[in-house]
Amino acid sequence: MSTDLTRLTAAELAGKIHAKEISAVEAARAHLDRIAAVDGGENGVHAFLHVAGESAIASAELVDAGIAAGTGPASSLAGVPLALKDVFTTRDMPTTCGSKILEGWQPPYDATVTARLRAAGVTILGKTNMDEFAMGSSTEHSAYGVTRNPWDRSRVPGGSGGGSAASLAAFEAPLAIGTDTGGSIRQPAAFTGTVGVKPTYGGVSRYGLVACASSLDQAGPCARTVLDAALLHEVIGGHDPLDSTSIDAPVPSVVAAARRGAEGDLSGLKVGVVRELGGEGYEPGVRTAYDASLRRLEKLGADLVEVSCPHFEYAMAAYYLILPSEVSSNLARFDAMRYGMRSTVSSGGGVASAEEVMAATREAGFGPEVKRRIILGTYALSSGYYDAYYGQAQKIRTLISRDFEAAFTQADVLVSPTTPTVPFPIGDKIDDPLAMYLNDLATIPTNLAGTAGMSVPSGLSDGLPTGLQIMAPALGEALMYRVGAAFEAARDADDGGPLIARVPEVAP
Amino acid sequence: MTAPTLVDFDDVVARFDPTLGLEVHVELSTNTKMFCGCPTEFGAEPNTQVCPTCLGLPGSLPVVNRTAVESAMRIGLALNCSIAPWGRFARKNYFYPDMPKNFQTSQYDEPIAVDGWLDVELDDGSTVRVGIERAHMEEDTGKSLHVGGATGRIHGAEYSLLDYNRAGVPLIEIVTKMIPGTGDRAPEVARAYVTQLRELVKSLGVSDVRMDQGSMRCDVNLSLSPKASGELGTRTETKNVNSLRSVERAVRYEMTRQAGVLDAGGEIVQETRHFEEQSGSTRAGRRKETSEDYRYFPEPDLVPIAPSPEWVEELRGTLPELPWERRRRIQAEWGVSDEEIRDLVNAGALDLVEATVAAGAPSGEARSWWVSYLSQQANTREQELTDLPITPEQVARVIALVGEGELTNKMGRQVVDGVLDGEGEPDQVVEKRGLKVVSDEGALITAVDEALASQPDVAEKIRGGKIQAAGAIVGAVMKATGGQADAKRVRELVVERCSAE
Amino acid sequence: MSADSPADPTGGVISRDEVAHLARLSRLAVTDAELDVFAGQLDVILSSVARVGEVAAEDIPPTSHAVPLQNVFRADERRPGLDQEQALSGAPASEDGRFRVPRILGEEQ
Repeated sequence: MSTDLTRLTAAELAGKIHAKEISAVEAARAHLDRIAAVDGGENGVHAFLHVAGESAIASAELVDAGIAAGTGPASSLAGVPLALKDVFTTRDMPTTCGSKILEGWQPPYDATVTARLRAAGVTILGKTNMDEFAMGSSTEHSAYGVTRNPWDRSRVPGGSGGGSAASLAAFEAPLAIGTDTGGSIRQPAAFTGTVGVKPTYGGVSRYGLVACASSLDQAGPCARTVLDAALLHEVIGGHDPLDSTSIDAPVPSVVAAARRGAEGDLSGLKVGVVRELGGEGYEPGVRTAYDASLRRLEKLGADLVEVSCPHFEYAMAAYYLILPSEVSSNLARFDAMRYGMRSTVSSGGGVASAEEVMAATREAGFGPEVKRRIILGTYALSSGYYDAYYGQAQKIRTLISRDFEAAFTQADVLVSPTTPTVPFPIGDKIDDPLAMYLNDLATIPTNLAGTAGMSVPSGLSDGLPTGLQIMAPALGEALMYRVGAAFEAARDADDGGPLIARVPEVAP
Repeated sequence: MTAPTLVDFDDVVARFDPTLGLEVHVELSTNTKMFCGCPTEFGAEPNTQVCPTCLGLPGSLPVVNRTAVESAMRIGLALNCSIAPWGRFARKNYFYPDMPKNFQTSQYDEPIAVDGWLDVELDDGSTVRVGIERAHMEEDTGKSLHVGGATGRIHGAEYSLLDYNRAGVPLIEIVTKMIPGTGDRAPEVARAYVTQLRELVKSLGVSDVRMDQGSMRCDVNLSLSPKASGELGTRTETKNVNSLRSVERAVRYEMTRQAGVLDAGGEIVQETRHFEEQSGSTRAGRRKETSEDYRYFPEPDLVPIAPSPEWVEELRGTLPELPWERRRRIQAEWGVSDEEIRDLVNAGALDLVEATVAAGAPSGEARSWWVSYLSQQANTREQELTDLPITPEQVARVIALVGEGELTNKMGRQVVDGVLDGEGEPDQVVEKRGLKVVSDEGALITAVDEALASQPDVAEKIRGGKIQAAGAIVGAVMKATGGQADAKRVRELVVERCSAE
Repeated sequence: MSADSPADPTGGVISRDEVAHLARLSRLAVTDAELDVFAGQLDVILSSVARVGEVAAEDIPPTSHAVPLQNVFRADERRPGLDQEQALSGAPASEDGRFRVPRILGEEQ
């Protein structure tokens, strides 16, 4: 085999597997070998917390057997390898959420996303690194070490889904799953020159997704191309009766939309440029790339209209009240009683009480960012402060939704830079929580409103990737994918190839 | 701790006005739990009725049980409440090992049913209207077993063992408004309210309301205020009041205890107290350092419940006749005394008798069969009356056969035995066992004549006018016919034959 | 805790004592050194998020859910759950089919 299978897109791999040009097992082996070569070691990418070689091969063998028997592939992605964020429960692999408190925990059940991937014949390679319980924008808050950005291994890959995004950029997997609570799919996508989609809230089941903030969390696809993301979106999306907040409607036809977009015509579409996102607080390099992106959209035939979302400036404040509040409650269950870690405590000679063991375990098992947010959320929900903080934040949430509604009467989709900066050096912001929080300035409004958003690679600034964020109304993913695919095709054509081709080779 | 000074009850009510409040938790007998598809049966092996959701495993999510919501609405409607057109579940956050998520999902601040009442009938026939503040849905906790230390109590235990089978079982909490002005009848009102609420919920078929198994639990709130002071006293909340008798005792005890404290110039502390079944007293719970802040907020994993008026009316249409109204109606129809109807209720026979009457039996016979012979059979078989393998229709058929003279009472009992033993329908039992009243007059007359002939001295006495001597002849005839003759007719024939001669 | 707790002498939004109280409520046995760091950081964060108060929103309804769904129910039908072994599979300790936990100090709520 002369082709390097790890360089193919998911669509290409699937085509070759289903046409019996290569086997699913070969595809799995190629990626497992790549992981073995680049993921470990002092300066390795460290995208994976757990590699499931045996079960990946077993799953690929089943796909090959099906194809050989003439029963046909289980889905358009049968046999394609994938990296799963370690926040989804898996019956046959540990699920740690990047936390010590869940070290070694093997859930007795599969998440709906996991089950749908298995049913689709997708080869799950393993579980990817993340900021602890999805709280962070760099993966530096993982209890198991930072993931390195394949573009520059002294820099962060973004977070919380830095492991998933880095696995794509390092060609360890063509597909990955992430979760996006305030930007955890889109920001790492921008930082690694990959595509990341946060679907409409309720579009992909949260059953088995270990909750960070329940009203904001949304699982979504990560890939190196818009079409691959669309293919994965259709596999994992759709109604799930086990999730009360799951939308009972057909999955938007995002694959067809991506294919149509690739034809490169956006004439007649109105693209809203959000005045409040992309100006002050955004790096010059990011702004330059953004300006070029806007020109490119115009060249594709789109009408650019400026829209104003005046309450977006309060989004971050509202988010950092709502999120910690939900976190403080969601993470209460990690108490050393039923699963996970249990610390031993000496209690002045006597037998330690459950209360003491709980407090000691949570102290030892959670990292500083998780503790900060638990304390912050406990504060925001306290009876004396509820109205001023949590209650007021929920009202701002309404205003942000109204801003979106108004903007979507003027434009079909909205755009902004995905992040205010390019990937920053490891260690740069770890001691300054507020500076870290600013990473999600442009992505947070979408989570608060429950609408859809995606990041597509837009260019490089000093050799580091930047992303363009495209936002759509709830269930308006098709249009978002169409614009994303058109933009991607135009950018790649102008640049003589996909941006990801320019990622430096990660020397094994 | 020194024993509290208790004031004589009559003295208490002479000087204080009690204000009652009752919180009753009812466990629904739905097939599955409030938020997951696990069974709710009592008494299973530990941790065998659990799933990721009710164990609170990371990643699990709740989905509301529709039947539980309907049960809650039906309870609310039966208590004359309004059904909230829109409401959310909230999370009540506190750490406790029997609660898998360390928050309880509860409709605490947006209850599904509000502002109703229940008219409670007291022993003397008077009625007290108890206001209902709310009825809301929530989930039950797991059960802990404390090991080491004294008799399974939490204090002094070395460790605890947890079973989460009960965790997530649907609970409806029914809270009364404050009940003032009941004076010396406060204990009776409390008991009567819980009794009647229990009966009401049972009639809805939504819970087995067994206080002994914890499927109905009661907390008693009580405060005293000096007469005519116009001020409401500080209340205590007594938990674990788990029988009807205990409800009455707990109220009475708290009244006498609180009066003692107030008389000594002390203050009532707003606290949780625990009822001690054996002594009939209450004891203070562990004092908390600070008052608990439960940090309620809307449950993001569940969407709001917004019952449409059509849905509410549909459920209202399913409400059965109120149990006490039904009792009054039946009492009038059958013309029975208060005492008789109470006996029927206590024997658990009211439904059965009513169904037997509906199947055509006269009410007197139906009552008598169920309360006496069938109750005895249930006792012998160690079964509940309702579990006996005989239907009201079958009982009605036996009553009809006896009434028509086809069977004697004794034979009727044999037929019932046959049905209970699985020999089939009453008519089949009659046939198989050959149970027929001998009504062939010729055969009977022959039997009577033979008996008179074999006992000439007795025959002589009868002919001499000593009719009471006929008993011996009747007995002989019954013996000769294997008990299948109608004894009354035999007697008539004996007298006839003697006078005819 | 009440809204009129004495302010931190440095004029911050939240005091070290309050952070200690919140940590206890959250069952986090934080160290003194952590408390020092957290108190400072939380003060900065809170000062920033307090901006939400700048928006006049008296008449605005709060949003608790991002999707406009209501009345999502399931039928009262059983679904297979976990067996005892699976249920206890992650337990730090178990005994007789039950989760074994250290002695409990508080009383049931």
